[in-house]
Amino acid sequence: MSESTGGIEMEEDMSGTVKKFAFINRKAPYGTIYALESLEVVLISAAFDQDVSLVFADDGVYQLKKGQATKAVGMKNFSPTYRALEGYDIEKLYVEKESMEARGLTADDLIVDVEVLDAAEMAALLEEQDVVLSF
Amino acid sequence: MKFGILINEGPYNHQASDSAYQFCKAAIEKGHEIDRVFFYHDGVNNATKLTEPPQDDRNIVQRWGKLAEEHNVDLVVCVAAALRRGIVEENLAPGFRISGLGQLVESGIRSDRLVTFGD
Repeated sequence: MSESTGGIEMEEDMSGTVKKFAFINRKAPYGTIYALESLEVVLISAAFDQDVSLVFADDGVYQLKKGQATKAVGMKNFSPTYRALEGYDIEKLYVEKESMEARGLTADDLIVDVEVLDAAEMAALLEEQDVVLSF
Repeated sequence: MKFGILINEGPYNHQASDSAYQFCKAAIEKGHEIDRVFFYHDGVNNATKLTEPPQDDRNIVQRWGKLAEEHNVDLVVCVAAALRRGIVEENLAPGFRISGLGQLVESGIRSDRLVTFGD
């Protein structure tokens, strides 16, 4: 990500406050900008040392699909960013089983290691979160 | 209760901004606090003063500005999303300010609830 995301300075002292943030990604990676701009928030939240989880559901599972070739549509391929998340200590990636199966995908089709949860398990995971952002 | 608000869609095209406004107004009337309204994705288009709706329609942009003025609500536009869409200081409507995505995360940390309006 090369875009400017400045303004991460804290206005008041909240050091030590760690909340559970979940980012739910529900849209295909290209076609709309949601996936790309969601990643930008995710990276910023890492700078705030929060407990971050990423959830991929519905068409959002396509964001992790191997073999994205974006040249013909003139878009920047941001797949490598998902691989880089580990470097930001973002290691909790969850994919909804039903969404993946409905699209004929398995965990082997994905560019990163994920934990596959069924809808009920996903609901339990989200129940534990303090802040849920859906893109 | 302290609320953070996230708006992900532009005005008129989508109801997100209208719903968020109604939510903020109702919450304030009930004695709650709106910590911050953060505009992201096409939501940044809520902040341009060049907007000119027909006279018999609501003015979404000015309505936000008025709410900010009357109730001291912090209206923050994401700089990266804004620059992509041509929203800059020169065409920023009164009541809004441009800042970074950290402001969204910060609002999530210090609010009791962060409520998203979008698809």
